[in-house]
Amino acid sequence: MHQSYTFYVFVKRILVSKTLLNYVKSHVRGFQFFFDFYKFGREFKKTRRMDIVVDKITKTYGLQKAVDELSFRVKTGEVLGFLGPNGAGKTTTMKAITCFLNPNEGNILVGGMSVTENPEEVKKHIGYLPENNPLYQDMPVIDYLRFSAELQGVPKEKVRERIIEMVKVCGLKAEKHKKIRELSKGFRQRVGLAQALIHDPEVLILDEPTTGLDPNQIVEIRELIKKIGKEKTVILSSHILAEVEATCDRILIISKGKIVADGTPEELRKQAQGNEILKVQIRNGERNEMYSALKSLPTVALVDFIDGTPNCYEVQSKKDENSAKAIFDLCVKKGWYISQLTPVETKLEDVFREVTMN
Amino acid sequence: MKQIGIITKRELQAIFDSLMAYITIIVFLGLSGFFTWLYGGDVFFVGQASMQSFFGIAYWTFFFFIPALTMKLIAEEKKTGTLEILLTKPVTDWQIIWGKFLATLLLIIIALALTLPYYITIWNIGPIDHGAVWTGYLGLILMSSAYISIGIFTSSITNNQIVAFLLALCIGIFFHIIFGILAASISGVPGSIFNYLSLSTHYESISRGVVDSKDIIYFLSIIFLGLIGSEAVLAKRNIN
Repeated sequence: MHQSYTFYVFVKRILVSKTLLNYVKSHVRGFQFFFDFYKFGREFKKTRRMDIVVDKITKTYGLQKAVDELSFRVKTGEVLGFLGPNGAGKTTTMKAITCFLNPNEGNILVGGMSVTENPEEVKKHIGYLPENNPLYQDMPVIDYLRFSAELQGVPKEKVRERIIEMVKVCGLKAEKHKKIRELSKGFRQRVGLAQALIHDPEVLILDEPTTGLDPNQIVEIRELIKKIGKEKTVILSSHILAEVEATCDRILIISKGKIVADGTPEELRKQAQGNEILKVQIRNGERNEMYSALKSLPTVALVDFIDGTPNCYEVQSKKDENSAKAIFDLCVKKGWYISQLTPVETKLEDVFREVTMN
Repeated sequence: MKQIGIITKRELQAIFDSLMAYITIIVFLGLSGFFTWLYGGDVFFVGQASMQSFFGIAYWTFFFFIPALTMKLIAEEKKTGTLEILLTKPVTDWQIIWGKFLATLLLIIIALALTLPYYITIWNIGPIDHGAVWTGYLGLILMSSAYISIGIFTSSITNNQIVAFLLALCIGIFFHIIFGILAASISGVPGSIFNYLSLSTHYESISRGVVDSKDIIYFLSIIFLGLIGSEAVLAKRNIN
């Protein structure tokens, strides 16, 4: 893949000057083949796969290890949620992937290119929204987007088109001529996102993308990220676990610079869950009788009263057992009436707490 | 090269979007005009058709103005965090520094271009040594470049603009007069070293109309030292 790309760059350099290209286009029919090849190269570049391979990176600040031999891999078409308590090394890892910081040890490959050896080429394919979304306060939105587009090497004739699209996608229509300092936080966040997406990057790194947005906007941005994530490589960090669950295909929890959990949201939940827990509420029965009847069921390990609600119990099954049917049968036999029988799901919050607390 | 151009364009836009450029140019023209035409050793007092009095005053005004222009270049970007955005775009540290350097230099050149009417006026008053005028302008541009690179360097080592400004003045004052004073009061080898280090010696010899490669090398080496220093400071984030 990479070699053929290098070849494409080589061919492109030969054909690079626009005047030459136009000359070829307008005067020499026989060169059509080369021109097609050039166009093919462009398309090819657009759709190429960009996996991120993080290989045992370590980054120390003074004596403190921010990231400790961290390795993971993100495939194209995958949205990776990056979770961890404060100071776990999320931002440092993201900065390393975007070539802002070099890791002390280890290597990062983006689409086969190393961030330490070939940062200029890597940066062209990355869209990055940093943590606090720094922006040039004095610039009008449009000018800022144009500046970003030009710097990212968007072809001149496409700059306008891209800006118009970004303004539409990020909902900046009414604000496009305002200076960035005049915008509210949510709109600034949209500008930051527009800036990251302007060159249609293959890799998108978003450090807490939805902070400061209103609920409608959060939903829109999530949809957008999901849509983008289908064909691109996305890494997204967040403190809002529900958000990560809603947008990400895979979750990576790191703590103290090391990976402590890795998998889809379902996998993680299953991993942490252990025994089945059911919430049961029964009407028209005597409290103590119900308690002892539930407890005597063969599949039940533990029964707890739930404070506050009358006749409501938390029933924990024995390992690998399922007691919903037994409870139902019991109630039918005794003539009790079940008003609630719901499984208590392990929330991602619990998973998170469990893996990061120790 | 293209990237440098884009950064230069943005910096110039930022300078001209704020009042900074206009204030700098107006105050510079006001001060230099006042001292060239109206007060003290002005053109009429000297009684010669020469731009020497203008170059004398521009030498000092730029010394104070340039740190004020350069102080925010990197310090502000560091403080607001936009440097991170900039450095994660496909640009090198060098391109950023050169872009900022050229933008400030262009502003200075614009300010200088606006003083060309002085030249034309004096030309009409009496016989003028054209060579000396052009080398004088060249000297001013070289001197400004040297102070800009020092300013960018001090701006890169701190994220406080005031500190950057004062530090640039502190370093600048050595080149501007202190080395000259030391050279005058110390004899022998140290004296000649100080004499070589003194910016005023080189500036004066250029603005008299003598363009010596020694002077050019002197200015270029200050410029490159300043810029290399700033690049090193930016690259420091990656030294493990």
